[in-house]
Amino acid sequence: MLFVPGNNPGMIQDAYIYGSDSIMFDLEDSVSVGEKDSARCLVYEALTNLDYGTKETVVRINSLESGLGISDLEAIVRARPNVIRLPKTEFAADVTDCEKEIERIEKKAGIAVGTTKMMAAIESAIGVLNAKEIAFSSKRLIGIALGAEDYVTNLKTNRSPEGTELMFARSMILHAARAAGIAAIDTVYSDVNNEEGLIAEATLIKHLGFDGKSVINPRQIAPIHKIFTPTEKDIKKSMAIMEAIAEANRKGSGVIALNGKMIDKPIVERAKWVLKLARVSGVLKDMEE
Amino acid sequence: MGPFKLNDIPHINELPAIGEEFRDTKIEKHTSSLKERSEKSSKLLPSIREAIIATGLRDGMTISFHHHFRNGDYVLNMVMDEIAAMGIKNLTLAPSSLLEIHEPLIEHIKNGVIKRIETSGMRGELATAISHGLMEYPVVFRSHGGRAYAIETRRMRIDVAFLGAPSCDPFGNANGYSRENDNGVICGSMGYAKCDAQYANKVVIITDNIVPFPNAPFGIPESDVDFIVEVDKIGDPSGIMSGATRYTKNPKELIIAECAANVIEASGKLTDGFSIQMGTGGASLAVTRFLESKMQQKGIKASFALGGITGSMVSLFEKGLIKKLLDVQSFDLDAARSLINNRFHQQISASYYASPGNPGSAVNQLDIVVLSALEIDTDFNVNVLTGSDGVIRGAIGGHCDTAAGASLTIVVCPLCRGRIPTIVKSVNTITTPGKTVDVIVTEQGVAVNPRRPELEETLRKNGIEVCSSQELQEKAEKMVGIPKPIRYTDKIVGIVTYRDGSVIDVIRQVEEE
Repeated sequence: MLFVPGNNPGMIQDAYIYGSDSIMFDLEDSVSVGEKDSARCLVYEALTNLDYGTKETVVRINSLESGLGISDLEAIVRARPNVIRLPKTEFAADVTDCEKEIERIEKKAGIAVGTTKMMAAIESAIGVLNAKEIAFSSKRLIGIALGAEDYVTNLKTNRSPEGTELMFARSMILHAARAAGIAAIDTVYSDVNNEEGLIAEATLIKHLGFDGKSVINPRQIAPIHKIFTPTEKDIKKSMAIMEAIAEANRKGSGVIALNGKMIDKPIVERAKWVLKLARVSGVLKDMEE
Repeated sequence: MGPFKLNDIPHINELPAIGEEFRDTKIEKHTSSLKERSEKSSKLLPSIREAIIATGLRDGMTISFHHHFRNGDYVLNMVMDEIAAMGIKNLTLAPSSLLEIHEPLIEHIKNGVIKRIETSGMRGELATAISHGLMEYPVVFRSHGGRAYAIETRRMRIDVAFLGAPSCDPFGNANGYSRENDNGVICGSMGYAKCDAQYANKVVIITDNIVPFPNAPFGIPESDVDFIVEVDKIGDPSGIMSGATRYTKNPKELIIAECAANVIEASGKLTDGFSIQMGTGGASLAVTRFLESKMQQKGIKASFALGGITGSMVSLFEKGLIKKLLDVQSFDLDAARSLINNRFHQQISASYYASPGNPGSAVNQLDIVVLSALEIDTDFNVNVLTGSDGVIRGAIGGHCDTAAGASLTIVVCPLCRGRIPTIVKSVNTITTPGKTVDVIVTEQGVAVNPRRPELEETLRKNGIEVCSSQELQEKAEKMVGIPKPIRYTDKIVGIVTYRDGSVIDVIRQVEEE
């Protein structure tokens, strides 16, 4: 998910060329108070005029408490992005309050109710502790994300290269997301010139189970995709597993084994997931050719 | 042997280059040492003024300079001030190019010292003033190859060339660096100055570094040099060249560069022994980086890289991925140092580089060239000379020479720069004809010249998505709208010539706001 400041026309106009799966136009922290109105207009115009193809479009609005959130929603819901992202979510009510506004605007604008999906960013200790309630708060919610910069400030610490201080938050958010059956997105890596650090962090969060990571610079996209894209070995193994299943089904055999190892349901699930990722990222197509 | 008479020799009158009978009273035997002769060299003159007098420069003549010192050049302004002070008028100024630092020329034009200008390009206040109608005669713009050709064919006659040199010995062997007596001012190759030295009627070397004879290796040989003047400073080293041209970190330029590298690979021209030139500009320089990994994967080497040489090319050369470097202009200190140290980094003249009169010129041996553009239109014509406001702000350089010579010419540019579209329906000024440009690579897509259907097919077959130049133009227009047309007067302020001297376009005076 590529963060694009909502007041930067240059970045808005070609945000889709960098190959991120999702583009998040920001009206919140990257936009100064004096530019909130112009950013809102710019993002509205971009979403209604530019063709972002198959990219998922996300807009991070200002919180309702800030007094700007309603104006953001009034404009942005009508521009029909895929997802509205809430900042600094602390309670389930933050999501449901926002959802009510979205529904009201959808009805007023003649948009089918429920079209606009939501995503909640958790950026505080209270938010992390409420992660489960937040994750289950709305049917519109497709994912929850960690916002680490505010979170570590709230914890009275700062970010370390190893990310030890984020372990609890990451685990909570991941468990909440998995329990609710929605996506878990990891926080940004702020040191854009440290590719090694980015790779280390992305490797860690992928292993933890996160579905993706937010990026603040297009140069961070390729290294992250590389980590999340299944390797040729993974793909071949997964294909072999699916073959073995098909073979066993044909034979009506109950127990399925591959190279002397039993294949059970979780292994099949993982294999399916690997193949799905491989297909989406395009590598499977290359291999099949 | 024995006594003889000239008239006894059969056919004596038909044999060329034979004079009278020898007499030893006519020869002079020198007994002074090399050191003494070096001190007394008759070519060394004490001031620019004396050199100007010695060349016999007078009203109406043509003088030339080179632009290897770029924006750090002190020589041109220094000489022009002296000429103006001597009251010489109506000169034709024919430097290889002009930059921002040459703004004082405005006064010399106003005062009638300079009547006409022939150059590859110009920038800054001078260019703006000329675009606004400063001169009576239109400026003639020539490419580097076109200038060399005009000089060689004597269509452009240089009466006096004033050539700045970072090193020169007392007899005129000059170079863009010195192996032994480096005083911190270097420019690397002297490529553009070589034609001037060879063909100008009188040649003055202006240096701040007189080194012992022989200044070998030399860029300009003593046989081409008439006079030498030592001055305090020929230029500002930081303006002459920067440390190293850094790879861009701009993500958009990186995408363009990677895409261009993919196009090169898909074209099938990336094979062992290929030849290549990269233009300046972030994206085209970054192509080198992406090519490097492709070359290593394939285990292939380039036979030579040409052109303005940068540190990035030197890096590939030093890794053994490029066998030879042909250097008409060194762009950064890394390139200049390589020229000093590497045996197969060769200094070449503008004629060797790009003259259309020479079928063997290096541009004609290019497989691939990657170039930038200020504007390119749907018919693939390129403008590298005038900005979106119609004002002159660039140089033809070797753009049209390499585009014509290379078998695959790729222009890399962003679809828009800020609010200004780069891909347009029709360029302000044609400097490179569309017929010679094969592919446009932008961050938003790749377009292939419809004149090259076979290339388009090859690229598609190898996985490159190709769109039309019209689609790119429409995309740009959708993003930034249609710019207001530039308002020109009828007055022609510049003539753009193609390599062969034919007129490809004209530049008109922009209207005052």
